[in-house]
Amino acid sequence: MLDATPKKITERRALRVNPCKTCEPVGAMYAALGVHRCMPHSHGSQGCCSYHRTFLARHFKEPAIATTSSFTEGACVFGGGSNLKKAVKNVFDIYDPDVIAVHTTCLSETIGDDINTYIQQMEIPEGKIVVHANTPSYAGSHIVGFGNMMSGFIQYLAEKKAVSNGKIGIFPGFVNPGDMREMKRLAGLMHGDYIMFPDTSGVMDAPNKGHYEMYPKGGTTIEEIRALGSVEKIFALGELTTKAPAIKLKEKCDVDFAALPLPMGVEATDQYIMELSHFLHTEVPESIEEERGQLVDIMLDAHANFYQKTAAIYGDPDTVLGLTAFALELGMVPKYVLTGTKNREFTKKAEALLAKFGANDCKAVDNGDLFELHQWIKNDPVDILVGTTHGKYIAKAEDIPLVRAGFPILDRYVHSYMPIVGYRGAMRLLELIGNALMDRQDRDAADEDLELVM
Amino acid sequence: MDTVLEERKASIFAQELGCGGDGSSIGCERASVSGAVSQRACVYCGARVVLNPITDAFHIVHGPIGCASYTWDIRGSLSSGSDLYRNSFSTDLREKDVIFGGAEKLQRAIEEIVQEKKAKLIFVYATCIVGVIGDDIEAVCRQAEEKFGIRVIPVKAPGFSGTKSQGYKLACDAMMRLIRPHYDEKLKKCGVNILGDFNLAGEMWIIKNYFHRIGIPIVSTFTGDASYETLIKAPRAAINIVQCAGSSAYLAKRMEEEFNIPFFKVSFFGVEDTTNSILRVADAVGDAAAVKKAACFTTEERRKAESFLEIYRPHLTGRRAAIYVGGGFKAISLIRQFAEMGIKTVVVGTQTGKQEDYTVIRSLVDADTVILDDANPAELERFMRETKADILVGGVKERPLAYKLGIAFCDHNHERKHALGGYEGVVNFTREINLSINSPVWKYLKEA
Ligand code: SF4
Ligand code: SF4
Repeated sequence: MLDATPKKITERRALRVNPCKTCEPVGAMYAALGVHRCMPHSHGSQGCCSYHRTFLARHFKEPAIATTSSFTEGACVFGGGSNLKKAVKNVFDIYDPDVIAVHTTCLSETIGDDINTYIQQMEIPEGKIVVHANTPSYAGSHIVGFGNMMSGFIQYLAEKKAVSNGKIGIFPGFVNPGDMREMKRLAGLMHGDYIMFPDTSGVMDAPNKGHYEMYPKGGTTIEEIRALGSVEKIFALGELTTKAPAIKLKEKCDVDFAALPLPMGVEATDQYIMELSHFLHTEVPESIEEERGQLVDIMLDAHANFYQKTAAIYGDPDTVLGLTAFALELGMVPKYVLTGTKNREFTKKAEALLAKFGANDCKAVDNGDLFELHQWIKNDPVDILVGTTHGKYIAKAEDIPLVRAGFPILDRYVHSYMPIVGYRGAMRLLELIGNALMDRQDRDAADEDLELVM
Repeated sequence: MDTVLEERKASIFAQELGCGGDGSSIGCERASVSGAVSQRACVYCGARVVLNPITDAFHIVHGPIGCASYTWDIRGSLSSGSDLYRNSFSTDLREKDVIFGGAEKLQRAIEEIVQEKKAKLIFVYATCIVGVIGDDIEAVCRQAEEKFGIRVIPVKAPGFSGTKSQGYKLACDAMMRLIRPHYDEKLKKCGVNILGDFNLAGEMWIIKNYFHRIGIPIVSTFTGDASYETLIKAPRAAINIVQCAGSSAYLAKRMEEEFNIPFFKVSFFGVEDTTNSILRVADAVGDAAAVKKAACFTTEERRKAESFLEIYRPHLTGRRAAIYVGGGFKAISLIRQFAEMGIKTVVVGTQTGKQEDYTVIRSLVDADTVILDDANPAELERFMRETKADILVGGVKERPLAYKLGIAFCDHNHERKHALGGYEGVVNFTREINLSINSPVWKYLKEA
C-alpha cells in the first residue's frame, strides 16, 4: 500500500481506491440506534447487515444490534416482501423492541421492493411501530443514509399539534455520543428545553453494568419524535447531514429550522450559543463565558506551535468543515481538505472558509478518496494528518503524525466518549493536535536541541 | 421473553431446551432465519477472506462502495512481499451504472489499474447488485486477459446466493482457474503445499519454519503470504495439507482430482494437534532423516510447551470457556486446547460448522455443554450466563457483548493480536487467555 501509491497522478474515472466513505445503511443503522428501544433492520442479504454491525462495533466498541431480512435467491426473484413480513414478526416476538426501523440495501433497491407498501400490508402488534428509509448506497454515503433514516422517522411519526410544546429540537448530525452530550450540556446551560434526535448517548456509550441490555436507557423516545412536529424551532447542526431531514419536518409540520455547522472551534460554537441565546432569549451564562475564555487563553498560549503548520483534513463533510475551521482559527494551513461523500456544497463551504482566512494554495474536494490524498501528499507533504483511522497508511508511509477524529476510528479507544464539539471539545482537539506536533518535534530534535520547557 | 425462536431450536443442542435433545443431529448449513440478529457474513465475504491474503493481486470489488469498504484490509494476514492487497479497489457503482449496467465501468477500472501499475493478477468480485443487474463480468475479464496478457479472474459472489461457505468454494474455484494452466503431469512432484492458513499474525511463517527445520520443502501456501509466482508452482507439490478445512478442503479435493495431489487435514492449534500434524507430514513426504528430525523436534517443543503450561495451569484450571467461531474445525481445536489448559468448554457455537464437525464436537465435550449453530446475541448471552462462562472466544462482533456481560474475551478471528498457531501459538494463546481472565479490571465491575 505504502509504496503502491505512485507519485504520478493519472486520471481515474472508474476506479475507486481506498475510499473515504462507506455505505448508506451504516448511517441509517447508527441513526436508528439513537432511538430508544429501536431495532434497526436491514432489508437485504445477511452479509450487508453483518458488515454494518461489525463496522459500528469496531468504532464504538459496543454491541451494535440489528436484524436482517436474510435474502436468498428466491427473494431476489420474487421480491423481499415475505422476508420482511416474516422478519418483522420474528423481531417483535423475540427481541420485543418498541419500533423497528427498516432500511433498504442496494439489493432490495435494485429489485425494486416497495417497503412502504409492505409495511401497510403487514400485521404490526398493538402499540408497536415500523418505519423505513430508502438507503441505496449507489446513491449516497453513510452520511446520506443517516439523514435519510432521520427523514424516515419524521415522515412516519412527527405530528403537528395545534399548540406548540415550547421546546426546541436539536439535530446533532453524524457525531459521537460524546459530542451529543456536549451539545445537550450547552443547550441545558442556555436553559433550553430540547429534544435531541437522534441521540445515541446512553446507547453507544452505555456504561458497563455487568449485564447486557439490548435496549439501554438512552435514545430519543417515540413520544419525543412525535413531538418534533410541534417544537418551536429545529437547530440542525451539521447542516450537510441534517438539513434534508429539517426540510422534511418543515414540509410535514411546518417547523422552522436553522441550519448550522457543527459547533466546532470558536466561531461555530459561538454561532450555536448565539442562535440559542437569541431564540430562547436567555443570557449566555458565566460558565459558558468562562469556557470560551479558557479556550481562547489556551489558543493564545499555544499559538506559536500551530502557526503555518500544514494539515491534511479528511473524513465526513460536516466534521471536516468543523476541523478545518478550527485549524484555520489556530493559524494552521489546511492544505488538503477532502471528503469521500459526494456533495458540491461541501467544496463550496470549504473554499469559502479557506478564502475567509486567506489560506491560498489549499485544495478542497468532495467525492475524493484516500489514494488521491496520498498522491497529493507525496507530491507536496504536510505536517499533520487529521481524520479517520484509514489515514494511518499514509501516516506510516510518509512518516506524518496522525490525529484521529471523526468516523470511523477503529484502532483507538475513548474517542466516542469525549467531545470534539463546543469550547471544551475544541480544547480537546487543540490538545490532541498540539501533542502530536510537539511529540514529533521532541522526537526529531537533536539531543542538544531538546527543550524541557516548550 | 423467550430468547429462542421456534425455528431456531433445531440449530441448538441444549438438554433442557428439548432442542435436538432426542440425540438427533443439529440443523446447520442453512441460511439465517429472517429477522434474526445473525452473526453471519455473506458469500462475497467468504470468497474475499480466502483470496485476500494473495499479496500482489489487485482485488477489485465490482459493486457499490460498502462491500468494498468493509473488506478493506480486514484480515490481519501478513506479507513478506507486496502490500498491494491491503488497498481497497472498487468500481463504486452509482445509480446510472445500476440502471444502464456497470460492465463498461468495470472494464475501464481494469484499464486504469493496468495503465498505472504493473499488474499480474486481478480478481474481480461481483457482489449482490451485479448479480441482479446481470453484468457479464466473465466477458469483461476474458477480454481484459486477452488485451493485457495478464490473469483477470472473475469471482461471482453475490451475497444472497448462499452462505459464507459457498464463498469459500468460489474462492477455491478461482484459484484452480489460476493454477490449472501450470499443471504438467510430467513434472516431478516434491514438497508440500499448505492450504487454509492465512498467515494471520504470521502463523504461516511459524509453520513454514517448522518444516524448514526438519527439512521438508514447502512449495506454495494458500493463501497466507502467497503471490502469483508462488501459487502457480502449486501443481508440483507431492502433497497438500489442509489447516482450515472449512475454507480449503474443497480446493484440496479439486487438486487431488485434477493434479493427483493427495491431501490430509492438519491442525496447528494446540500442542497435541501441532505435534501430530508435524509427525504426520514427515511420515508422508519426508525421508528417514526428516522423520527422525521431526520426532526430536516435536519432543523437544512439546516438553517446552508442557513446562510452560505447568506455570499457567494453576491460574486457569476450573475456568469455563464459551467458543463461538466461524468453522467447526477451529471449534474442535479450541476445545482440545482448553482441555490442555484445564479449562472446561461449556458453550460451543459455529457459523458454518458441518454435520460431521458437530458429531466430533459432541464426542469431545461433556453432556451438559450447549452446542449452537449460527447463534444470535440473545442466545449466546443466555447460554453463557446459564453455564457461567468465564471467557468467550469469538470474533469482532462478540467482543463488546462479552465485555458487557463481564466475561473475558479472546479474538480467535481476523483481529487476533498474536499468532495462535504452532507451539508459539500455545504460549501466546495461553498468555492471552490468562491476561483476559485474570486482569484486575473485572474486579471493578463486580464491585459495582
Ligand atoms: S451486498 Fe451482497 S455481497 Fe455485498 S456485503 Fe451485502 S450481502 Fe455481501
Ligand atoms: S450492497 Fe450496498 S448496502 Fe450492502 S454492503 Fe454493499 S454497499 Fe452497503
